[in-house]
Amino acid sequence: MNDMTNKWIGQRTIRPDGAEKVTGRAAYAADTTMPGMIWGKVLRSPHAHAVIRSIDTAKAEALPGVKAVVTHRDLVEFPLDKSVMLGIQDMRWMCRNVMAREKALFHGHPIAAVAATSETIAAEALRLIEVEYEVLPHVIEIDDALKPDAPILHDFLSFEGKPSNIAGKLEHRLGDIEAGFAEADVVIERSFTTRPVHQGYIEPHACLVSVAADGKTTIWSSSQGQFMVRAMTSLLTGIPQSDIRAIPAEIGGGFGGKTIIYLEPLATVLSKKSGRPVKMVMSREEVMRASGPTSGSKSTVKIGATKDGRLVAAQGTFWLQAGALPGSPIRGAAGCGFAPYTIPNVVSTGFDVVSNRSKVAAYRAPGAPIGAYAVECVIDEVAEALGMDPLELRLKNAARQGTKAAHGPVYPRIGFMETIEAALAHPHYKTPLGEAPPGKRRGRGVASGFWFNAGGESSAQVNITEDGNVVVTTGHPDIGGSRASIANITAELLGIDYKRISVLIGDTATIGYSNLTGGSRVLFASAMVVTQSTEKVIASLRERAAKIWKIDPEAVAWEDGEARPVSDNAGRFPPLSLAELAARATETGGPIGAGVQLNTTGAEGGFATHLCDVEVDVDLGIVRVLRYTSFQDVGRAVHPSYVEGQMQGGAAQGIGWALNEEYIYDRQGRVENAGFLDYRMPVCSDLPMLDTVMIEVPNPKHPQGVRGVGEVPLVPPLAAVANAVYDALGKRFYALPMSPPRVLEKLEG
Amino acid sequence: MAKIHVTTTVNGEPVEFLCEPQQSMLDVLRGPLGLTGSKEGCGSGDCGACSITLDGRLVCSCLMLAVEAEGHEIGTIEGMASGDGLHPLQQKFLEMAALQCGICTPGVLVAAKALLDKNPDPTETEVRFGLAGNLCRCTGYDKIVRAVLETAAEMRGAKAEMPEAVR
Amino acid sequence: MTDIRYLAPGTLDEAVNAFAAAAGAARILAGGTDLLVQMRAGVVRPGVIVDIKKIAEMTTIEETPEGGFRIGAAVSGARLAEHPRFGKAWPGVLEAVNLIGSKQVQGRASPGGNLCNASPAGDSVPAMIAAGAVVTVQGPHGRRQMPVEAVPAGPGRTNLTPGEILVSFTLPPRPAGSGDAYLRMIPRTEMDIAVVGCGVSLTLEGGKVTAARVGLGAVAPTPLLVGPAAEALIGSRLEEEALAAAAAACSAACRPIDDKRGTIAYRTKVAGVLLRRTAAIAAERAGRA
Ligand SMILES: Cc1cc2nc3c(=O)[nH]c(=O)nc-3n(C[C@H](O)[C@H](O)[C@H](O)COP(=O)(O)OP(=O)(O)OC[C@H]3O[C@@H](n4cnc5c(N)ncnc54)[C@H](O)[C@@H]3O)c2cc1C
Ligand code: FES
Ligand code: FES
Repeated sequence: MNDMTNKWIGQRTIRPDGAEKVTGRAAYAADTTMPGMIWGKVLRSPHAHAVIRSIDTAKAEALPGVKAVVTHRDLVEFPLDKSVMLGIQDMRWMCRNVMAREKALFHGHPIAAVAATSETIAAEALRLIEVEYEVLPHVIEIDDALKPDAPILHDFLSFEGKPSNIAGKLEHRLGDIEAGFAEADVVIERSFTTRPVHQGYIEPHACLVSVAADGKTTIWSSSQGQFMVRAMTSLLTGIPQSDIRAIPAEIGGGFGGKTIIYLEPLATVLSKKSGRPVKMVMSREEVMRASGPTSGSKSTVKIGATKDGRLVAAQGTFWLQAGALPGSPIRGAAGCGFAPYTIPNVVSTGFDVVSNRSKVAAYRAPGAPIGAYAVECVIDEVAEALGMDPLELRLKNAARQGTKAAHGPVYPRIGFMETIEAALAHPHYKTPLGEAPPGKRRGRGVASGFWFNAGGESSAQVNITEDGNVVVTTGHPDIGGSRASIANITAELLGIDYKRISVLIGDTATIGYSNLTGGSRVLFASAMVVTQSTEKVIASLRERAAKIWKIDPEAVAWEDGEARPVSDNAGRFPPLSLAELAARATETGGPIGAGVQLNTTGAEGGFATHLCDVEVDVDLGIVRVLRYTSFQDVGRAVHPSYVEGQMQGGAAQGIGWALNEEYIYDRQGRVENAGFLDYRMPVCSDLPMLDTVMIEVPNPKHPQGVRGVGEVPLVPPLAAVANAVYDALGKRFYALPMSPPRVLEKLEG
Repeated sequence: MAKIHVTTTVNGEPVEFLCEPQQSMLDVLRGPLGLTGSKEGCGSGDCGACSITLDGRLVCSCLMLAVEAEGHEIGTIEGMASGDGLHPLQQKFLEMAALQCGICTPGVLVAAKALLDKNPDPTETEVRFGLAGNLCRCTGYDKIVRAVLETAAEMRGAKAEMPEAVR
Repeated sequence: MTDIRYLAPGTLDEAVNAFAAAAGAARILAGGTDLLVQMRAGVVRPGVIVDIKKIAEMTTIEETPEGGFRIGAAVSGARLAEHPRFGKAWPGVLEAVNLIGSKQVQGRASPGGNLCNASPAGDSVPAMIAAGAVVTVQGPHGRRQMPVEAVPAGPGRTNLTPGEILVSFTLPPRPAGSGDAYLRMIPRTEMDIAVVGCGVSLTLEGGKVTAARVGLGAVAPTPLLVGPAAEALIGSRLEEEALAAAAAACSAACRPIDDKRGTIAYRTKVAGVLLRRTAAIAAERAGRA
């Protein structure tokens, strides 16, 4: 499995979907068209919080060219008193997020949608819809939402017996926290805040939906899960799943933000009402205002250590903004923060707080960066108080095989210590920062991080073509090159060139149920089902050779892409290649292919340690990252380039989160920077090369040793950058982003 | 609304289309002309996913009116490969995995080609500033920058090997 | 829905006539990098679009008989950068124009559009102010000239009268020992709107400043000509004292706002910091010229 004899696993092969993408031919959702297609657009609330008294669509419907109008009345309602869960999503909230019902809960909340023969007419029609609002006081920030006199968003929510904006609480406990702190020589407690940030995928949400006269519904859309699209659309429209075919278009980035739906049910109802295919594409502004960013947060973390550097107690409280409807990633914040360490006494608590901003969606290791930011900054302070090297302190307390984590598991073999050891030994850590030019100061920071990773349902089908090549179909939208990895694995197992393998993403009608692309689960889970399918295919190939040779299948081996007798004792036959066996498939039992569907388990956690060097312009407050290196236990790098790509992409997003990205709201609760000019994601000239060190500690529970790699990379950077800025300036930031005005204020203050 | 007739050249071929006066070049490319390789990430000039060339100069097609194409030459990602051969940049992007989701890739390639056409031997800094108008959220730019530098080096090498007369 | 008309006249007179005839409903189109964004956002809904890029005078760069430059209002930043001599004479103006947006935006964006868009943060404007540029405008009542700093009237508003079109910028000849520079503060390295911008033009004789002009952007409703900052520099050898006085004058000239891009305190402080840095570059260039 993880030996050096691999021919394809670990190779930097060319991705199967590559040529289409570099020539502009790959079809993303907004690129799809259909004859007779019309355009849908959404009317959005101009208020952050308002009761919807009435909606009058008569004038819009009368406008020539308008073919259909929908409001919440056209969607299935999920009563507030009964939870209907789909995965981690509660349909009560999804139904109200997709279209406002009782109240508009954020600026940009959908109120109605229109389909018309042109975009211009659809936009005109939106202006003709008359909505009567009763504007209510709104609340955005956590502290404001928790005040005793805060406007309450939902009268069905209460906390500790009182009406509240706290929608939920989660707590992890381990050991005896009081006893732990009593044992500590050094105790440090700090509070932190982070601002909401957006996933920032470059492709806006888009879909094309056709509901035929017989009700058969076809959806092309940009999502991280065609089965999620099918299920949610079915629940919200009442169309049975068997009548919906959800086709995953190529997806232009998701990072978690496309694990829920926004447009698909609206387009479906518009198409059903109008009898025409309906296309809907969000503008960038709509993406920023109304699709889910991740939470803003506030947290308090307290850590106790003994003089000799043992972490003995840790307590964390994390409040996360859910947006307008419950469901912030408190599990990630409270669960992941302390997970890299062996700490005997832990209490970690998360609170889910609603406020009048768009409902959050998953963002790469949801919640974990928020937890790690606070914890890793405090660990840095503990190291300083103890006079220890921050990496040595982490190494000394690093979780390892047998560590019991506060969120539940006892770890199997993991590679966290290896990431720290690699960082300690790396030239980056050993090279002095060098002298900063006049007016600038330099600093270095480190931080670590953990993400759960995930398994779950996956399906695959491996078919041998008549000419002896291979088509593999899986059920997970490929956002980062997973098809390339599947090609490598299949090539390895079959012993043939990867170029003979075509890897496709099936739609909901052509492949069995497969859970979302999310949780860093895709390669872990799909490699399992592809491996088992391929093994079945190989068994079938051996049987067919046995039939041809008239020997026992046990006496046939599959090696280097051909069937061979296991030994001379089995008989002397020239080998039969895949092509030869494929050509004789009809006579040996029919088409060759196999599919496997599984609920996969054994996805073990992922760990990383990051090193960051910064330079701060002390007169302007500008922080620039000079050098960045990520060390990650990747299990097995089936396609190293795309593993590195995940590590680099996560680091870049984390640098953006730490330095400049944030949602800015005006007094009316409107997002003021709903575009790429003022929502400042890193551009090419902002970043240095992002070095990566892949450490391969194979996951013992996976045939290729795969661990998820996609999410951990966003967990350490916030603290790595913050710790570097502290090292440079000798002043700590307890709030992100560390944007120039804030840095200067701190330096002057 | 009265439509305007526009005669132009797209990827070296004569093209005519009808458009509304306020329609962007990007809308016409993606709509009537069916050239959906140019992407819309923002519609406001900030992401570069819609990058094309206008008489050889790099521009955002979302910030250009389609009527302005009259009499000019438009170059899009669809015209970058010649015949069945990929442009060296396209080939290098595949080899070096300089794309993940690929939505930024057409714009990045068009911008990178415009950069190398002007400056065949750019420094890393020049590449980074040359591509600053192309947002990529997936890659952290590392592999993109490396692929552009590497392509430039190869193209210079290939040129150096060519006899003087052909250069 | 109203019909939009697109016109691309070949002469300035035709453009002026069409622009004036449409009264307030018309918009001039230069590079379109502001106009198209505003149209898409629904902030402006012109009835007539007058594209000025087919007018030779608007798209050429000329050296004047006096030894200065005349830049057509619709010349793109990329074209200006390709001019063999302009950047040598006015490196600060060129770098300011070339800081506007990405390479893509550069292919279209013009200094005329930057000025007429009248954003307080337009990058080319403080550099043009420092350079002492004079603009030529033409309208239904003929041609007139005015200093560049007289054009902006407030955010999104100019002092051009109805029907007037900005035709060109004229930059004076450069005496020996002159240099200019422009710096702006942005949080990223590119693709941001200036939080503060500062242009400085200096002439030195034997290390002594004999002439100076300072322009500041993004710190008031319009870009500013900061006379007191220039006065503090003139006659000095850019000693610490003079620089401190000029920096203080810049900070004092600020009438900024708190917004999503920066705070009052930040802008006020940074104006002074940028003055020092920009003056140093301008002086270094002047020393070489
Ligand atoms: C992604 C992006 C980044 C940007 N970054 C910057 C930046 O860093 N710094 C900066 O300063 N700006 C920036 N801008 C704004 C814009 O690019 C500049 O203001 C540019 O100089 C405008 O020039 P234009 O030729 O495109 O103007 P247009 O959009 O054509 O015109 C702008 C306005 O001026 C009017 N106008 C134009 N020419 C004339 C004329 N000759 N007479 C009368 N009125 C006229 C137009 O009617 C319009 O109202 C950016 C824009 C984008 C889209
Ligand atoms: S779509 Fe043109 S720059 Fe983003
Ligand atoms: S590869 Fe996804 S945005 Fe660049």
